Amino acid sequence: MRRLGPGLLLALIAGFAFLYLPIVALIAYSFNASRLVTVWGGFSTRWYHALLDNQPLLDAAWLSIRLALVSATLATCLGTLAALALARYGRFRGRTLFSAMVVAPLVMPEVITGLSLLLLFVAADVERGFWTVTIAHATLGLGFACIVVQARLVGFERSLEEAAQDLGATPLVTFATVTLPLIWPSVAAAWMLAFTLSLDDLVIASFTSGPGATTLPMRLYSAVRLGVSPEINAACTIMIAAVAVAVIASSLLLKRQRLAAG
Amino acid sequence: MSEPNRARPAPDAPRRVSPGSVRRAFQPWNEPQARPIVEFRQVVKRFGAVTAVDHVSLALYPREFFALLGASGCGKTTLMRMLAGFETPDAGEILLDGVDITAVPAHLRPVNMMFQSYALFPHLSVADNIAYGLKREGLPRPEIARRVEEMLALVKLEGLGRRKPDQLSGGQRQRVALARSLAKRPKLLLLDEPMAALDRKLREATQFELMDLQSELGTTFMVVTHDQDEAMTMADRMAVMERGRLLQIAPPDLIYEAPANRYVAEFVGDINVFEARIRAVEGELVSADAPLIGAIAFDEEAVRLAAGESVAIGLRPEKIMLSHEEPPQPVNKVRGEIWDIGYLGDMTMVQVMIGGDAGRLLKVSLTNSTRRIARPFAWEDEVWLSWDVEAGLVLPP
Repeated sequence: MRRLGPGLLLALIAGFAFLYLPIVALIAYSFNASRLVTVWGGFSTRWYHALLDNQPLLDAAWLSIRLALVSATLATCLGTLAALALARYGRFRGRTLFSAMVVAPLVMPEVITGLSLLLLFVAADVERGFWTVTIAHATLGLGFACIVVQARLVGFERSLEEAAQDLGATPLVTFATVTLPLIWPSVAAAWMLAFTLSLDDLVIASFTSGPGATTLPMRLYSAVRLGVSPEINAACTIMIAAVAVAVIASSLLLKRQRLAAG
Repeated sequence: MSEPNRARPAPDAPRRVSPGSVRRAFQPWNEPQARPIVEFRQVVKRFGAVTAVDHVSLALYPREFFALLGASGCGKTTLMRMLAGFETPDAGEILLDGVDITAVPAHLRPVNMMFQSYALFPHLSVADNIAYGLKREGLPRPEIARRVEEMLALVKLEGLGRRKPDQLSGGQRQRVALARSLAKRPKLLLLDEPMAALDRKLREATQFELMDLQSELGTTFMVVTHDQDEAMTMADRMAVMERGRLLQIAPPDLIYEAPANRYVAEFVGDINVFEARIRAVEGELVSADAPLIGAIAFDEEAVRLAAGESVAIGLRPEKIMLSHEEPPQPVNKVRGEIWDIGYLGDMTMVQVMIGGDAGRLLKVSLTNSTRRIARPFAWEDEVWLSWDVEAGLVLPP
């Protein structure tokens, strides 16, 4: 391995500091005993205790988790099916269009996705709430899930599926007994990615949710507008921890799969 | 089981009853009453502008060991995959036991295939791999366990049932693939380049084991290979395929000694080919003149020839004799100079230039029947090549 020279090392530290210093500050101040956000008053976990009494915030967190669970599952199922269609059925009619449309939500500005969904829900006269946000998040997660699973299917040895069919397995049984057991780490990684996307999202949720459905990011954002309190710092720290766990788990799964694939 | 002329041993017969002699008597393709197990009728398969299989008709007989030989890209794998059900023919039909299976999906065909890559399921143990097809049949558990043990014993892998495929050697993986494809006792087993991933020693041993296994089980085998030694060693009959067409279907000795055309002659084994003009035809003895060589004579009963006609003559290297003195025969001899000697251990391949420096090279092979290191022939030796009237063969284009 090459050793970094002092210049490069400095650049690396500066880069990481730029990226992570705000987060570190946020985490540190969440343990601040003082009510003033910018004055250090000693170590304390009082804001975490205070969180437990903040019922609106807890409700929002619970809603966000349920929403992320459902939308991630929906996105993973649809994304896996889309990936199978793209990887398996060769050059079918309209493949390029299909491929582009599946991944479009990835590059589309979230404001546009959110606005267009809002217009759709209004036009269709759907009452906005839990399910509209779920559908919106599933749309966003689907493209990511599709890309993750498709990457695995590209390297998938096709003759394994043929061997299963040769031995008498119907296409559905082949998928359940051969394909899925071999690609499940990708599918799980896709699910976690979709889960964190849903948990994080503020923009699309703001457009598509209704009066009774305020997600955690929405609640935090509105709270911050009234002034940053250490309680918010504590809530954010918990969220960062949850997202970090999911991201690390999904990258470990993908790495394990790469090792298994040899 | 009522075919009268069954020459192969029954599956329960003791092994090693001189399989060679049994093989010789096994020629169902010459028996008018024999019913084929597989029939291709005018089968065509196109991929875009390429015709991979071009009006192929072929019949395989029960208990036959059939080899499909061809260069890569000749369509042999496509032909096999159509039989397994992974490709659909564009025209023609495929019959199995007299029933048209052209439209039957792969998982409903009583045909099993051993894949070139083996395609072992990496997430399942060896035993579960072998049991996979039996589970799909819905056999009861004890029966599955018994059959798995039987298959492991058959391929001599007892005790390895709990291993995963990545804990096996290449040769062991090949055996698991074979056991898995035989577990359902198919009528017909397809083998796609079964030895391609094995090293040479293991390949030879496996070839003979596969032949024993096949005559023991009585299953019909169809092997696709680009390795002519493999095809000739194992097959009762073989077909040579080129650009989607079957050029010749015959037992290996006929393919080698009486090739249907020049492509077959040059693809299977080594051969010297030269043009000659027919001078006279007396019964079966044909005399002709060849440039650089002179007067030649050969026996020909199959092809009708007329004086003045120009034909391609093939001469296998092992049928040419090499000597320092001029042989007494009046024809079928030519002088040359040794240009190259390739020592292969069991034999030596000699390249002889005839007709001077700008002439052409002929290949001659010599069997090294003694251990003498000093060879009778050396580089730049002036030598005579000669051959028998039965050696030369006419090659249709």
